[in-house]
Amino acid sequence: MLKYCLKKVGQLAIVMLLISFFSFAIIDLAPGDISSMYLTEDMTEEEKQIVIEKLGLDKSMGEQYLSWAAEALQGNFGVSLSYKTPVMPMLLKRLPSTILLMGTSLVVSLVLSIPLGLIAGYKKNTWIDNAISGFAYIGMSIPSFYFGMLLIILFTAKLHILPSSGMHTVGVDTPLDTFIHMIMPVLTMALGTMASKIRYVRANTIGQLSEEYVLAAKAKGTTPAEILRKHVLKNTLLPIITIIGMNLASLVCGSFIIESVFGWPGVGSFAMEAIGKRDYPVIMAYVMLSGFILVVGNFVADILYSFADPRIKRGIDVANGK
Amino acid sequence: MENKIVIHENSFQRMEKKPKELGTVYHRSLWKDIVNEIKSNPVAVFAVIFLIIIIIAALLAPLSPYDPNKLDLANKFAAPSSEHFFGCDAYGRDYFTRALYGGRVSLLVGFCAMLVTVFIGTTIGIFSGYIGGKLDMLLMRFTDIFLALPSMLLMIVLNTILKPGMVTLILVLSLFSWASVARITRAETMSLKERDFVIASKNLGAGSVLIAVKHILPNILGPVIVAASLGVASAILTESSLSFLGLGISIPHASWGSMLQEAQTYILDKPLLAVYPGLLILLTVLSFNILGDVLRSALEPKIVK
Repeated sequence: MLKYCLKKVGQLAIVMLLISFFSFAIIDLAPGDISSMYLTEDMTEEEKQIVIEKLGLDKSMGEQYLSWAAEALQGNFGVSLSYKTPVMPMLLKRLPSTILLMGTSLVVSLVLSIPLGLIAGYKKNTWIDNAISGFAYIGMSIPSFYFGMLLIILFTAKLHILPSSGMHTVGVDTPLDTFIHMIMPVLTMALGTMASKIRYVRANTIGQLSEEYVLAAKAKGTTPAEILRKHVLKNTLLPIITIIGMNLASLVCGSFIIESVFGWPGVGSFAMEAIGKRDYPVIMAYVMLSGFILVVGNFVADILYSFADPRIKRGIDVANGK
Repeated sequence: MENKIVIHENSFQRMEKKPKELGTVYHRSLWKDIVNEIKSNPVAVFAVIFLIIIIIAALLAPLSPYDPNKLDLANKFAAPSSEHFFGCDAYGRDYFTRALYGGRVSLLVGFCAMLVTVFIGTTIGIFSGYIGGKLDMLLMRFTDIFLALPSMLLMIVLNTILKPGMVTLILVLSLFSWASVARITRAETMSLKERDFVIASKNLGAGSVLIAVKHILPNILGPVIVAASLGVASAILTESSLSFLGLGISIPHASWGSMLQEAQTYILDKPLLAVYPGLLILLTVLSFNILGDVLRSALEPKIVK
């Protein structure tokens, strides 16, 4: 078990290192000379030299990376080119609204997809199953931004019920107002992550229903609803932990796209704006931040899963010869 | 007891062995499996027909009387009519023609990305699985890392730095998707290389490359085809997201994703402009996904329906 954790930690470290290389390379690969963004016309040659030295641009690539990584580890990602203020506080200020959006969508997609998957698995190959599976197929195939746009067309352009962008109406700051603004982004984000969960729970339910304990429960006279709720549900829920870990990727990247569709003032739309302005320090910090969320999320999911399901742990121990 | 055996002239003739009625013989080729499975599933038939129509339509796009990039401000936001099936966009360009040309780009990017992905993935997978040992371990760690990378995020960033264009897009898309194909093919190769027919041809003196190409590759074709079909779907989907963010195909050329990006500006006044390209993406991706799953049940009998 310890070996398994260590292996995962090792992988985590390598992936983070790669992401940091990648994030650092953004500056290097970016078209144009970085120093030109800091230099102005009225500087003397000497002043220019000082700026270049201060930025460390006269050093080798390796040295530059090391000093950048040392700063980054302390949470210092430099100064935004367009806002002229430190990057990290700006990102952190916008993080809560992104987390609010991501968290709510995760809850909504779980609450909807687990019962749907259970029902589809229980009513295997009936029209109910076909309808639910078809829904999952569409959820899997629709580009999230397109679904968002369809919602805007329906609820904002045609029905005039919901606001199409932002988090608050100007001058209003009540939870209800935020809730109304959240409905469409949350639905959009939830749909994308529901598909995989529905399919997973369905397949798992079908597998579990053929197990002997279900037969025993049936023989005892347990009603189907109770079998589903008390027995099957518990066994299908465990793997969901891993799925949530995997969903984190689509949530983080989804927030990037969905926040820009709905003008949600979160980290994603901020990064999108930075990409538009070629504000490299912000992009680098965003890549590091979301890479970190993702990788750590996956790691925690893996570890939690092996604790929650003793069979996995035993499997790992057997593989290690215990 | 009376002997009932009657001996007559024919008794000493040579007995002919009567041809026995054989059971049904299955000539189960890959192609037949696929066709049968698709025929038995009406949804799959629709998916295939839709894909054929959309591919032919995209190929025949130059037959359209309109130039997809020619501005014609007199027709600005023209409503759908018999002349302009989908109406016209903000610059008076025929939207149907643009959608066809956009489909060319989207499908081309999807197919090419899939081909590159499958090529890299199977090459690494077969190589790694066949060679085994330390090299295999190293390659698989490498693959694991690629699987763990937040691909969409890195793609967005890569496309910011690199010059946008079709080739960049295809390479970036395949860079982040070969890993899962490599995993599948490696696992299959591992089990195949222990099979008798491979060992036999090895003993007959066949070289590694010959075995890999002639014996292993045809036998892992099933999973690879499935991965390819699902790969096209995800490549088209990702391409549309990137183009929607303005990081894919650049103006004036269009893909379905970049058409949606343009349409977003007018979404509250001209919602139809957003509906068409999105619908095309949805239906195409849906069809490839359905096809992939149908192929899976045809080619990988292990999975019980």
